[in-house]
Amino acid sequence: MRKSVNNPQLNKHGELTHLLSIEGLSAPILKQILETAASFVGVAEREVKKVPLLRGKTVCNIFFENSTRTRTTFEIAAKRLSADVINLNVGTSSQSKGETILDTVDNLIAMHADMFVVRHAQSGAAHLIARHVGSDIHVINAGDGRHAHPTQGLLDVFTVRHYKPDMHNLRVAVVGDVLHSRVARSEIHALTTLGVPEVRVIAPKTLLPQEVEKLGVQVYHDMASGLKDVDVIMMLRLQNERMNGALLPSAQEYFKTYGLTQDKLALAKPDAIVMHPGPMNRGVEIDSTVADGAQSVILPQVTYGIAVRMAVMSILAGNTE
Amino acid sequence: MLPDAEQLLENLSRQLEPFIAEGAALVGIHSGGAWIASRLQQSLGGDLGTLDISFYRDDFSRIGLHPQTKPSNIPFDVEGRHILLIDDVLYTGRTVRAAMNELFDYGRPARISLAVLVDRGERELPIEAQAVGVRMTLKPGQNLELLRDAAGHFNLKLHEEISE
Repeated sequence: MRKSVNNPQLNKHGELTHLLSIEGLSAPILKQILETAASFVGVAEREVKKVPLLRGKTVCNIFFENSTRTRTTFEIAAKRLSADVINLNVGTSSQSKGETILDTVDNLIAMHADMFVVRHAQSGAAHLIARHVGSDIHVINAGDGRHAHPTQGLLDVFTVRHYKPDMHNLRVAVVGDVLHSRVARSEIHALTTLGVPEVRVIAPKTLLPQEVEKLGVQVYHDMASGLKDVDVIMMLRLQNERMNGALLPSAQEYFKTYGLTQDKLALAKPDAIVMHPGPMNRGVEIDSTVADGAQSVILPQVTYGIAVRMAVMSILAGNTE
Repeated sequence: MLPDAEQLLENLSRQLEPFIAEGAALVGIHSGGAWIASRLQQSLGGDLGTLDISFYRDDFSRIGLHPQTKPSNIPFDVEGRHILLIDDVLYTGRTVRAAMNELFDYGRPARISLAVLVDRGERELPIEAQAVGVRMTLKPGQNLELLRDAAGHFNLKLHEEISE
């Protein structure tokens, strides 16, 4: 294993001890997670859907920002590893930031928590906790601000690899609100690290971050050229609050230009798969006929998300010093 | 001088023939046991499954997760079956315990028997094999590994550990 002094995700042996972002993780580490996840997929099909790996460990889901779906998938993953799970929904409004987060964490450590799954509206919240805890405690970033959502990125590349195993020969399009999306960032880092040669982003200029090309992507502003001959279409959720501001005229207008319909899907390769991290806005970023169509792998993404989170938790839990 | 692994396999196959004839299923423990179970199935027929016990090891909290796990695959109903658990080398018995724990998560077998190519003794748990290719004594720190060449031919190799 390579040593890395500065990467807060790795221990002194270069092993993954926190999962904070996909940025900075090597291809071998990503592949180990994906291959371990493949071993966990079958566990859900057995009579007993549990393995005893995290028996006796306590996993705390601390959600400073609400997300029922993400919290549920982490909870199921931890329970299938036989861990005890504590869920804390901490409203950001009632919290003053910084100190209070660490106070919350310290209290849970005093109760012998072993792992924290953290969702926060501010970028860097999980990093803050990871720097604070001892080497026997592990932190997973379940989404921080606009920064990263690494397990979503991992489950997306797991799904891509499942349907399109030859990653070195793929054209992938990420479509929609890249600017506000931590999912997009994590997806792009995971795809490029695993050797996908062509990653495109398709969005209006107002929904793209400055210098997005530096992430190693090709930029398109229209669906007709952007979707041409792609193997994978990753749709992003358009958050409702973005539509009222200056960034977009209206949901209908957005759907007309960037919504994924059967007609637009026909521009991609005939065997292209359609993905979405959920929850979907039907009729805004994706048409129902596509979301429920034969090329959609949106529900398998959810299923694989459990296996990927089980893999991350068990790899982290095993990498104490 | 190490015994010929192919001969041990033949020996084991003869011992297991009556069980398979009565409907027992083969389950090999990854990786050596899975290779042996696959060869046994070629000669004896019957159902075949494999187990990777990485998620059931009792030393996870000390050494972490094995970096290369393989999916377990049991494509038949374990409930009520006689399972022939197959491994290459039987030593402490901890691997077999982990494999039995995993097997029960697929269902309740009627019976589990253990068949191994080599029994090197020195058990740390009350576990015994019902079919054995050969029994031999090794020094502590020595490890026996089953190798499979490109043609699928088995060989045993002895490793000396530098220090424990």
